[in-house]
Amino acid sequence: MAELFALFVGAALVNNFVLVQFLGLCPYVGTSKRLETAIPMSLATAFVMLLATVLTHILYTLVLIPLDLEYLRIIAFIFAIAAVVQMTELYVRQISPVLHQLLGIYLPLITSNCAILGLVLTVADLSLPQAMVYAVGGAFGFGLVLVVFASLRERLQSAAVPAAFRGAPVALLCAGFMALAFAGFLGMA
Amino acid sequence: MFEEVVLVSLTMAGIGITLSGGIAALAKWTESRQPIDSLVERVNGLLPQIQCAKCGFPGCRPYAEAVIAGERIDLCPPGGSDTVQALGHLLNRPVDVPAETMDSDQVAFIDENTCVGCARCIPACPVDAIVGAERYTHTILQEHCTGCELCIPVCPVDCIDLHKRAVHA
Repeated sequence: MAELFALFVGAALVNNFVLVQFLGLCPYVGTSKRLETAIPMSLATAFVMLLATVLTHILYTLVLIPLDLEYLRIIAFIFAIAAVVQMTELYVRQISPVLHQLLGIYLPLITSNCAILGLVLTVADLSLPQAMVYAVGGAFGFGLVLVVFASLRERLQSAAVPAAFRGAPVALLCAGFMALAFAGFLGMA
Repeated sequence: MFEEVVLVSLTMAGIGITLSGGIAALAKWTESRQPIDSLVERVNGLLPQIQCAKCGFPGCRPYAEAVIAGERIDLCPPGGSDTVQALGHLLNRPVDVPAETMDSDQVAFIDENTCVGCARCIPACPVDAIVGAERYTHTILQEHCTGCELCIPVCPVDCIDLHKRAVHA
């Protein structure tokens, strides 16, 4: 239990996908302008992360390892992630057209979110429960960072920022400071 | 070497076929549940999409769902009689309302003596019927206004009222 908790904290904070491993920076910058897009995006990413982890884990242990084809895992995992995103989109459209409309283009773009590929490659050698805990932790870390950054950027809109720094530059500076802050977790695990 | 190539190709083909089979099955399942939804889509497409909630539902899509479930089709004032006719035609329901009572006979009107020119009502208008700019008095183009009342709550000085639509000659 303690080990799983350490795994969760490690995935969420110590090895945070965005601010420590620098994965998934595209949605981090792209969907963080407003909180209204950041929250659905982190939820959708979390959903895909968990499903993709389970699917790739099954694929890896039942197909690739018995056939001695571990070196195919990158291409096979990309395959699996694309399929999971497709299924998620079909499912979301069926159960909640409003949510589907809200997520719009971000949902299919999760396919190319490298945080997800990074996650499934990281957890491929763990056991399935460990992998799932790691996925939940990683998704939590991604969502936390995205929501915090979106809130910061909303505040920045009304802040007295020098003209040359307005917009993207100050946002990137903030992202850098956040990454510095997260570097403080490095000693924890 | 050759066997390795065959193994890799077969494995990737197998993975691909399995995954696309999964997607196809899911797509088929959603398709089988689709008919009711596609009717919602079509009803939704006939509504004006200005989300004014005058029908008593939170927006156009919830109203479309309610219409499918049996709600009256003449609850949309901005859509006017055209919408009722189109809905009745699509759903094979009698258009029993006299067309003229349905036509949105109310339009918003800005009291230009009170208006402070804050321009807050302009983005609120779903049909772009309000003209004006910041610090200038606004006015509403009567022929475009649908009487949806969305501009009324955003006005800080309460200078917008509903008036009876003037009859055009």
